[in-house]
Amino acid sequence: MPDGNGTIAVDIDNVTKRYGDFTALRDVSLAIADNEFFTLLGPSGCGKTTLLRCIAGFEDISAGAIRLYGDPIAELPPNRRPVNTVFQQYALFPHMDITRNVMFGLLRLGKSESEARKRAGEVLELVQLTQFATRLPAQLSGGQQQRVALARALAPNPKVLLLDEPLSALDLKLRQAVRLELQQLQHETGITFIFVTHDQEEALTMSDRIAVISDGRVQQVGTARAIYEEPNNKFVADFIGETNLIDVAVAAIDGATATCTLPGGAQFTCPAASGAHSGQGHLSVRPERVSLTDPAQAPLSGTVSRLIYLGTDMHVDVTLADGETVTARVQNSADTTIPEKGQTVGLNFEAGAARLLVD
Amino acid sequence: MAKKPDLRRFPGFYGITLLCLFLLYAPLIIVAIYSFNDSQSITIWGGASLRWYEDVFWGLEADKFKQAAVNSLTIAVTAAIAATIIATMAATAMLRAGSFRGKGASFALINLPLMVPEIVTAVATLIFFSAIGFTTGIMTILVAHIVFCIPFAYLPIAARMEGIEDVYEQAAQDLYATRWEAFRLVLLPLMMPGIISGFLLAFIISLDDFIITNFVKGAGVETLPTAIFGAVKQGIKPNIMAISTLLLLVSILFVTLSYFAGRMGQNRQ
Ligand SMILES: Nc1ncnc2c1ncn2[C@@H]1O[C@H](COP(=O)(O)OP(=O)(O)OP(=O)(O)O)[C@@H](O)[C@H]1O
Ligand SMILES: [Mg+2]
Repeated sequence: MPDGNGTIAVDIDNVTKRYGDFTALRDVSLAIADNEFFTLLGPSGCGKTTLLRCIAGFEDISAGAIRLYGDPIAELPPNRRPVNTVFQQYALFPHMDITRNVMFGLLRLGKSESEARKRAGEVLELVQLTQFATRLPAQLSGGQQQRVALARALAPNPKVLLLDEPLSALDLKLRQAVRLELQQLQHETGITFIFVTHDQEEALTMSDRIAVISDGRVQQVGTARAIYEEPNNKFVADFIGETNLIDVAVAAIDGATATCTLPGGAQFTCPAASGAHSGQGHLSVRPERVSLTDPAQAPLSGTVSRLIYLGTDMHVDVTLADGETVTARVQNSADTTIPEKGQTVGLNFEAGAARLLVD
Repeated sequence: MAKKPDLRRFPGFYGITLLCLFLLYAPLIIVAIYSFNDSQSITIWGGASLRWYEDVFWGLEADKFKQAAVNSLTIAVTAAIAATIIATMAATAMLRAGSFRGKGASFALINLPLMVPEIVTAVATLIFFSAIGFTTGIMTILVAHIVFCIPFAYLPIAARMEGIEDVYEQAAQDLYATRWEAFRLVLLPLMMPGIISGFLLAFIISLDDFIITNFVKGAGVETLPTAIFGAVKQGIKPNIMAISTLLLLVSILFVTLSYFAGRMGQNRQ
C-alpha cells in the first residue's frame, strides 16, 4: 500500500457490465487508495478497458456503484468526472499543435487563455517536450506522442489518472525508460494512477498493488510480491511469471497448511491458498525454487528431457514417472553441475517455496 | 497471390480505350474549340477570335444571360450551403448517435434521390408545389435544389466522418468538453475536408441542373442551363458554345477543388 492516509480514491463496488447477453465484468469490487499506483493486469479481452471506460464514464454500468472519494459518479457524464484518461491510441487532436492539445482540458474548465498556456508550458516541461510545443501531433515520434497524451491528461490536475496500455506502442528500450518516468511522475504529482496492462513485467515493476483480472472477474488483488509468491489460484500462478503446477492428492488441510501426496508417493507439507480443500489439488512451485539433487534423497525424481540454455541460467525440464514435466531453473555459475539429457535426477524444493492451489 | 492479368494485353484494349475517350471528350473539345471561331457558322472554321465571348458579355442577349448566371449562382450557393448543413447534421445522426429505430430507413431516404430518375422527381416536385399552392419562381427552384443536393453533399461528408474514430470525441469529453464542444472543437474541424468537398459537389450539381429546374421554374425565371436550352431551341449560335465552355470551366474548377479538399484530409491523419 502507498504512503497515503488510507483514503479510498476510487471505490468500485460490485460493478457488473453486460453487453447484451455477454457479461464483460462480473461483480468487480476494488478499493483503490489515494496516491496509489494501481494496475489492472489480465489477458486480452478480460475486461480491463471496459472497467477503465466505466470509471471514465464512457460506458454505463449494468449494476453496482462507482465512488470517487466517496461521491457516487456512475450517473455523471465523462466531462463532469474529475478523472482524465491516457488513451491506448493517444487520441491527440490532429488539428491542434501540442500546446493547444495540452491546453484543451484547461480551457474547457474555464481557465483563461494565459493561465492555460502557462500551465501547458509547465506540464510540457515536466514531460520534457518544451521544444516541440508548436508541432502538430503527426510530426512527433510514437514516444513523444505518448508523452503529449500524458501531459494533456495531467494538465487539468485530475484526482485520478487512467492509463490504458499507454506503453504498448513503444519499443522495448523506450518502454523500459518510460516506465521509470511514469513511476517518478506519479510520485511527484501524487495523483492516483490506474494503469492497465497485459504485460506482467510492467505490472510487477511499476505498481503499488495489482489486480489480476480474467474473464471479467477479479482473481486476486495484492502487491507484486504477494501476487507472485502467494497466488490465490491456478490462473494467477500461471499468468504471473512461470510456474510448475504439479498434480497432488491433498490428504489434509489444517488452516493455511496442507499435507499432500506427491506423484512419487512422498508426503509433503506446504502452505495452502484460501479455499483449498482435500481431494485433488495443484502444487505451484516456481522454477527458480526447484533444485536438482541426488534422486535418492529427493521427494520427486525423473529424467531430464530437455535443456534450454538462457545465458545467465539454464532451464532443465524433468519428466516425472507419470509423464508430467517439472522445470528447474539452474544458475549458470562455475560450481553448478549441469545434468545431461536422459540422466535421472532428484527434484527438491523447500516447503515455503511451494503452495497448494485450487482451480 | 496470383499475378493480376495485365489489362493492356487484352485484344482490342487500345481500340476500346480510344473509342471511349473519343466519345466522352470529343464533343466537349469541339465545343471548346469552336467557341473561338470567328465565323457565324457552328461547323465551318473561320479563324480564331473572341467575338462570341464578347457577344456573351456585351451582345444582344447579354442581359438575359447575365440574369440567368446571377440566378444560377445565387441558387447554387444557397442550395449548397443549406444542403451541406443538413447533410452534416444527417451524417452526425447516422454515424454518431448510436443505433436508433429507423436508422436503415433513414439511410435509404437520404440517398434515395440518387436512385430516383430525375424526371420523376421533377414531375413530382412540380405537382407537390402546385398542390400546396406554392407559386413557382426562384424560391421553388431553390427548395427543389436543396433537396436533391443533400445526398451529393452527404456522401463525402459521411465518408469522411466514418474515417474519424470516436476516440477523439471521447478524449475531448474526457477533457471536460460537453458533447456540443466536442463536436464543434474536435469533430467538425476534422470533418472539414469532407464538408468542403460535399459543399463543392452540391454546388456543381445545382449549377448544372436542368431537368428539375425546367419543371419548377416560374415563367420568366431562368438559370444558365434553362437559358442555354431556350436559346438553342431558336437555333444554335456560336455564342452558346462560348457560354457552355465557360460553364465547363467552372465545373472543372469546382470538381478539382472538391477532389483536393478530399485529399487534404487524408494527409492530415
Ligand atoms: N461494445 C461492446 N459490445 C460488445 N462486447 C464488447 C464491447 N466492448 C467490449 N466487449 C467485449 O468485452 C470483453 C472485454 O473487452 P475489453 O476491451 O475490456 O478487453 P481488454 O481486457 O481491454 O483487452 P485488451 O488487452 O485486448 O485491450 C471482450 O470480450 C470484448 O469482446
Ligand atoms: Mg484494452
